[in-house]
Amino acid sequence: MSTAAVHSLWTTAADPISRIQAPKIEYGQLSPTLIVIGAALVGVLIEAFVPRASRYYAQVFVSVVALAAAFAAVVALAADGYGTTKAHIAAMGAIAVDGPSLFLQGTILLAGLLGVFTFAERRLDPAAHGNRVDSFAAQAASVPGSESEKAAMKAGFTTTEAFPLLLFAVGGMLVFPSANDLLTLFVALEVFSLPLYLLCALARRKRLMSQEAAVKYFLLGAFASAFTLFGIAMLYGYAGSVSYARIAQVVEGTVTNVDPALANTMGNDVLLLIGAAMIAMGLLFKVAAVPFHMWTPDVYQGAPTPVTGFMAAATKVAAFGALLRLLYVVLPGLRWDWRPVMWAVAIVTMLGGAIVAITQTDIKRMLAYSSIAHAGFILAGVIATTRDGVSSVLFYLAAYSFVTIGAFAVVTLVRDAGGEATHLSKWAGLGRRSPLVAAVFAVFLLAFAGIPLTSGFAGKFAVFKAAAEGGATPLVVIGVISSAIAAFFYVRVIVLMFFSEPRPEGPTVAVPSPLTMTAIGVGVAVTLALGVAPQYFLDLASQAGVFVR
Amino acid sequence: MDNLIALLIAAPLLGAAVLLCGGRRLDAAGHWIGTALAAASFVLGVVLFGDMLGKAADHRTVTQHLYSWIPVGGFQADVTFRLDQLSMTFVLLITGVGSLIHLYSVGYMEHDERRRRFFGYLNLFLAAMLLLVLADNYLLLYVGWEGVGLASYLLIGFWQHKPSAATAAKKAFLVNRVGDMGLSIAIMLMFTTFGTFAFAPVFADVARTGEGKLTAIGLMLLLAACGKSAQVPLQSWLGDAMEGPTPVSALIHAATMVTAGVYLIVRSGAIFNAAPDARLAVTVVGAVTLLFGAIVGCAKDDIKKALAGSTMSQIGYMVLAAGLGPIGYVFAIMHLVTHGFFKAGLFLGAGSVMHGMNDEVDMRKYGGLRKYMPITFVTFGLGYLAIIGFPGLSGFFSKDKIIEAAFAKGGTEGWILGGAALLGAAITAYYMTRVMLMTFFGEERWRNRATASPQEPDVEPAAEHHGEHAEPHPHESPKVMTIPMIVLAFGSVFAGGIFSIGDRFVHWLEPVTGHSEGHSPVSAMTVTAATLVLLVVGVAIAYAQYGRRPVPVVAPRGSLLTRAARRDLLQDDFNHVVLVRGGEHLTRSLVYVDHTLVDGAVNGTAASVGGLSGRLRRLQNGYARSYAVSMFGGAAVLVALTLLMRAV
Repeated sequence: MSTAAVHSLWTTAADPISRIQAPKIEYGQLSPTLIVIGAALVGVLIEAFVPRASRYYAQVFVSVVALAAAFAAVVALAADGYGTTKAHIAAMGAIAVDGPSLFLQGTILLAGLLGVFTFAERRLDPAAHGNRVDSFAAQAASVPGSESEKAAMKAGFTTTEAFPLLLFAVGGMLVFPSANDLLTLFVALEVFSLPLYLLCALARRKRLMSQEAAVKYFLLGAFASAFTLFGIAMLYGYAGSVSYARIAQVVEGTVTNVDPALANTMGNDVLLLIGAAMIAMGLLFKVAAVPFHMWTPDVYQGAPTPVTGFMAAATKVAAFGALLRLLYVVLPGLRWDWRPVMWAVAIVTMLGGAIVAITQTDIKRMLAYSSIAHAGFILAGVIATTRDGVSSVLFYLAAYSFVTIGAFAVVTLVRDAGGEATHLSKWAGLGRRSPLVAAVFAVFLLAFAGIPLTSGFAGKFAVFKAAAEGGATPLVVIGVISSAIAAFFYVRVIVLMFFSEPRPEGPTVAVPSPLTMTAIGVGVAVTLALGVAPQYFLDLASQAGVFVR
Repeated sequence: MDNLIALLIAAPLLGAAVLLCGGRRLDAAGHWIGTALAAASFVLGVVLFGDMLGKAADHRTVTQHLYSWIPVGGFQADVTFRLDQLSMTFVLLITGVGSLIHLYSVGYMEHDERRRRFFGYLNLFLAAMLLLVLADNYLLLYVGWEGVGLASYLLIGFWQHKPSAATAAKKAFLVNRVGDMGLSIAIMLMFTTFGTFAFAPVFADVARTGEGKLTAIGLMLLLAACGKSAQVPLQSWLGDAMEGPTPVSALIHAATMVTAGVYLIVRSGAIFNAAPDARLAVTVVGAVTLLFGAIVGCAKDDIKKALAGSTMSQIGYMVLAAGLGPIGYVFAIMHLVTHGFFKAGLFLGAGSVMHGMNDEVDMRKYGGLRKYMPITFVTFGLGYLAIIGFPGLSGFFSKDKIIEAAFAKGGTEGWILGGAALLGAAITAYYMTRVMLMTFFGEERWRNRATASPQEPDVEPAAEHHGEHAEPHPHESPKVMTIPMIVLAFGSVFAGGIFSIGDRFVHWLEPVTGHSEGHSPVSAMTVTAATLVLLVVGVAIAYAQYGRRPVPVVAPRGSLLTRAARRDLLQDDFNHVVLVRGGEHLTRSLVYVDHTLVDGAVNGTAASVGGLSGRLRRLQNGYARSYAVSMFGGAAVLVALTLLMRAV
């Protein structure tokens, strides 16, 4: 750094305070995020001040109201035209309020709402010492098997902190797909990741496994974040700014005024390519694309099942949203560089997820690999780089998140003495004993497999169509082959449930409270509605399919 | 008003959903819910009918577009309904007769534990049948077509604990599959030919299409009609379908569903008009079936199977008329409606007789029942007079018009078809008189018989409530059953006259189907006179055989033709030898190929994918450190690939 530059730094810092202008924040347009974060803070206060006995009710109430209010705010913004004509960049260039943002925020909020319902379920586990308990540990800090754990259980503690943690995660996820500069992106990434790491560790049963999953998720997540941060630094070095718009301009070569301090690095394409690849890697980690998927089965299996369902749905929505914005807004000028790479990732993700799922024997692990395969299908839509590509991905994400939450909610119902019976062999003959639950699960499996008249078919059709029209026909062929492989393990579960003899000491199906029933019912209803009459929602996604720049 | 069309279907569909998903808590009220929703659909139908009458004849067609199911390029799968005079006629018939039969079933199924489910299926049938006749394109029609097939399957096999009922349901389903295949091929042909399957554009494009393609489409539509309407060669399922509860036989297998084939042909009139060869095939099928069914009906001792033969024969008349083209379409539909009244009435009468006779179906064990069941006797008798074409009653008008139209086709064909239709009328008079005499007249053959001859093994379950071996105590059925019979009897008597006087029905349907008078080589009066003479001959022969002589309780061996007719003219033997055996040989050889070649390839692929899966799975070893290495490697490859893309 030259002396002149050092001097300029000093003088900048020494400038009178009045030179810093107060930022202009459009509170109304950011209200969905603000409501959720505010409610999360209220949740923290509830933990501190409300008596233990009534915390659960207060937390559930605050969470449901906040998520519903935030969803209403999203709808109001969309109705006001912020998704289409009035789309713009708010909060001094940090947050984009546009169609994809609002669509994904709405999806995340609904997924969060259903997530709260499954979090709040207290009828599945048998009451411990006369206290109703949910899926979360009595006291997360106590060592598994220790005296303090037993004391906590006897006292009827529950980890009601799960609800504010979920709200913080949702808050981060709302910002993630709408972040319009790299720093906001990174902050949002951490804001939603850290609560998820914690939530993963909170299982009431099999606590060691749950904590192991959380530690793995945290370590690998931190590792991936480091890559992302490094990539952000490189892009800053390349463009002299973290703003999406500014980086895009530099990529397209339309920038004239160059900061002299960065003159050496600016416009260096190697920095751009490495930086872009590293940020993309961080996002691909979150969506569980091969080869950054290794955490997924372990974490999905170890985390409390309601957390798995919420995380599988909402994280994917948020991360794909951010990936779309990165590729479509920041790097469209780099399309010819990233498309082949994404092709490769999509192919190994689709095939890898589908193939490894075949030999899984645990239902949660199987669904984890299934979610990896689905990440591949969605990537096929991302690669289309057309407006149809965006809208098909939006539609797929909405459809997928409802199926996922519903499917994991069903998993919580099938139980034996050791809690949830997740080993596949225990599901044999479930259709004989509980035809309704088995039928509902079959609907979700058919939707995962992409059978017509379910949302899975409409979504898959949309992304493959967009990919084919975007010139990625070989990708579509591989996608269809992977779908065929994937259909095997979905249908196998259906066969197992309906055409095998039930085991004598097999699991029972617990009768849930209306909360879980609502989550499952909404899942089924949306799955069938999007399958029978997808056009309205496809149109909605299509309207929302334009990014503001 | 026009936006209410969907509600016609929605009401019974809602009923089906509520009754089938509602569970046992609806057991007490389920049958009334089902009946009320059927009636609601009927009331709405009447309201729409009134609205339609208020419009000029040429502006009565209304459509309602509900939504498009994934429009892809040129493939437009619309859920659109079309209500014109033709579908209006069907809506009123389906919902009207349907509501009456719902009401009747309240009494008939009173002792059945699964009555709620029965009404759910009946509502499902109504919804599917209404969808079929209200669809504005062939694809949506196909949805309804399959829906009625499903409902028919479920209802024939409703008493699934009886192996005969389960088998009959399966048979109906399989035979119908052949016809359904015809319809799906026809729809595919339409799509490749016209690029659409909506009615209006297809019919508009007919003029610009080659006759060969139209003939192919027409023949495939005929195959579909043969399956659904039990026409030769796909007729074999209808007789066995009588295993279902009697209200089902009345509604589905007499009045409505089996006439769907006639609807399909009349609706596709524009295609058939331009394909004379397909039309000829339709008339041949109709003429053959009307004789086939009538002969089978003569030999059956099971009252429902005799009526089933009659249904087949009467639908043969309709198909014959529909095959005649514009001179016949209107009369096909007119006969369809009058037949809906009197055949439903006859079936309900038969059900009422069975209800009073411990579910006995063998007419040789009936006799002299008119004293014990006066209302059933009178309503059945009026239906009888209507079906044989007694002057002034419904069947007289509608059947006579078809016979006239057959002669009016002209040439040798006209003479053959007209002659067949005339002969059919005589046989109809014969077998229906036989049914009437064996059931309601003659000595009371059911007395002192019950202990001597044990019950048939396949008694209907309601028999349990009467005691297995007791002598039957014939009695009149409750009001909830007789009222529908009386209403239908009114239809049997007056509908034909109301339709025919002043050619009302012709003017009503003409805007949709078109109509032309043929040039008959014989005058209408001559045809009517000949019909009446043959009617008297048929009745007289039956009276000589069954009225003057006592009816033996055990059927005599009978002539070769009688024995063949008892076996449905060897239809099942034919199917078994030609289709089943042939099919078995074909499948066996295909199975061999499948096992050796196809399975080899498939299992090989599956095994290799499975093996790959097993190997890849080992990478997932549970150590965070190796996951991190994999991520690091992945990131390195990602960066390297990105840089490489720029380099090349």
